[in-house]
Amino acid sequence: MTGSTLYDKIWRDHAVAEREDGSTILYVDRHLLHEVTSAQAFEGLALAGREPWRPGANLATPDHNVPTTNRAAGIGGIADPIAKAQVLALDENCKRFGIRQFEMTDIRQGIVHVIGPEQGATLPGMTIVCGDSHTSTHGAFAALAHGIGTSEVEHVLATQCLAQRKSRNMRIVAEGALGRGVTAKDLILAIVRAIGTAGATGHAIEYAGSAVRALSMEGRMTLCNMSIEAGGRAGMVAVDDTTIDYLRGRPFAPSGAMWNAAEAHWRGLVSDADAVFDREVALDAGAVVPQVTWGTSPELVLGVDEAVPQPEQFEDPAKRELCERALAYMELTPGVPIASVPVDRVFIGSCTNGRIEDFRAAALVLQGRQVASSVTQAMAVPGSGLVKKQAEDEGLDEVFLAAGFEWRDPGCSMCLAMNEDRLYPGERSAATSNRNFEGRQGYRGRTHLVSPAMAAAAAVAGRFTDVREML
Amino acid sequence: MRSFSRHTGLVVPLDGANVDTDQIIPKQFLKSIRRTGFGDNLFDAWRYLDEGEMGMNPNERRIDHDFVLNLPRYAGGSVLLARRNFGCGSSREHAVWALLEYGFRCVVAPSFADIFATNALKNGLLLVALAEEVVSALFAHTHANEGFSLTVDLPAQQIAGGGFSTRFDIEPERKRLLVNGLDDIALTLRHVDAIRAFEQDRRRRAPWVFEDAPV
Ligand code: SF4
Repeated sequence: MTGSTLYDKIWRDHAVAEREDGSTILYVDRHLLHEVTSAQAFEGLALAGREPWRPGANLATPDHNVPTTNRAAGIGGIADPIAKAQVLALDENCKRFGIRQFEMTDIRQGIVHVIGPEQGATLPGMTIVCGDSHTSTHGAFAALAHGIGTSEVEHVLATQCLAQRKSRNMRIVAEGALGRGVTAKDLILAIVRAIGTAGATGHAIEYAGSAVRALSMEGRMTLCNMSIEAGGRAGMVAVDDTTIDYLRGRPFAPSGAMWNAAEAHWRGLVSDADAVFDREVALDAGAVVPQVTWGTSPELVLGVDEAVPQPEQFEDPAKRELCERALAYMELTPGVPIASVPVDRVFIGSCTNGRIEDFRAAALVLQGRQVASSVTQAMAVPGSGLVKKQAEDEGLDEVFLAAGFEWRDPGCSMCLAMNEDRLYPGERSAATSNRNFEGRQGYRGRTHLVSPAMAAAAAVAGRFTDVREML
Repeated sequence: MRSFSRHTGLVVPLDGANVDTDQIIPKQFLKSIRRTGFGDNLFDAWRYLDEGEMGMNPNERRIDHDFVLNLPRYAGGSVLLARRNFGCGSSREHAVWALLEYGFRCVVAPSFADIFATNALKNGLLLVALAEEVVSALFAHTHANEGFSLTVDLPAQQIAGGGFSTRFDIEPERKRLLVNGLDDIALTLRHVDAIRAFEQDRRRRAPWVFEDAPV
């Protein structure tokens, strides 16, 4: 008999029963909620006269819609009445159904995928779901974590379970060492480029190899975060010392004797040596350079030393068409080096790159330097109130402010521009978020995805540039 | 859940791979706390020449007359023909609600993104995956024949129209769910005893999962 993958093990550990429709009822350990995808689910629950199955399994926070200035004003500080109604609805629903919420003015408030790990609410071996596709982030802790739709949010509230079909196993192995100035963000962008935005559809990804082992937990979260950009619902990394060390002492993590029992269990959350994966992809981490996306799909990626492609470079007619459309939308000319393209706004934040190490990396570049005068706005938006505080304790806010960055309050902000933080028509951003779709950061705005260090470098240069020359 | 059995409708060809949910329903419309009111904003940035905000009257907006949904010959269409990886991106179920509210009952494409496919199933929007060449042939046929309609017969797993006919695959369980329009939550709650027993056992095996942090 062959061994089990990490995914197989967690799946087996949570399979409750088979439903008549052939799907497996999978028990959900942790459910994270935010304001945008929950209101309709709570409404459905109430209409059916149901109650949350296990209120303690849930943790909520507003993040997508909250302003990133004037936080002390709380919900009253939300200018847009429709956005305000949505945040209020979350508030009311949490109170009504007895769900723990980190409210807008709570220092623990932040982007759901930042606060789960930060609080230790994300633990190895858990099944974790949230009405948000980037729930894959939590897989960095060897948890089975994925995004769900609103109907499923209601389903989880009502039953503490999800009706699921098992995915196939895929392993992405990155061997070698990432070069200086090359980060987890560059690694995942290179992976998405290699396998495409549908490359992992129907698969649960496990990231492995020496380059992955060498990453910090924050780097692993960046990696797993963008699994969805490769089409995978879940991405995970096996437990090791890095995982255990990160979790010790977190508020929701166990302590004392229970910690010891938990740790013993967690240590087994690795794929067996003889486990078989349905698909394997290998990547040479040493060859990855800083990456910049150039198009309107996360798979349209370039190394910082490359030029905008010609449509003819793509053999596949569908890809060629995608390229033509992207060139037109992004207003880019084939053959132009990506490192010569100017940027209007710079955004450092999001669930991909809104953690303390991201701000440290950017501050290292900004230290003693200035944002170029041609840049309209440069924004640093911490992923949570605690990330913000930690950065301030380290004096990073002063580095950002001295360089000409704005230092904001936590939230999703310009990652999806549901609040006031956005691109205006025709503007171009260097952004540390995860999606460069048409209009993602603002109507007719143009997004280029990069690492925090690369975003800082672009802010200083006023155009994309190789951050390695500034380190 | 809305059931799906047989449907005949005009085909609307939306050419282009990787149509993401940000295009299907842009983020500014996600501020709603209701399940309805999204149909006028389906593909908003493509359908209109001005920037859409919630609550705008569609009759007062500038229409992009070149966009396929706005061509008179496709008015009233209810079968959307699309390219590979349709529905990629965010988990927003609003994308499915918007498609249904506009009038689409079925989407035909070579492949669909995972979360979108689940959301479609939960709302009775039928997704038909056909081989890339077949979809290409359907695009050509739709362009060449005004008024081209397809009949989708889910019980028979058959899609046909204008001399074209093929079988499509769908997992039998998904089919049963759709044809009967079963309540998904009720289906799981039939196993309520098993869930309770499992939960008890999990509490014993992994008690730390059930520990709440101090407030
Ligand atoms: S930061 Fe962006 S990707 Fe992450 S949860 Fe918020 S909107 Fe979604």
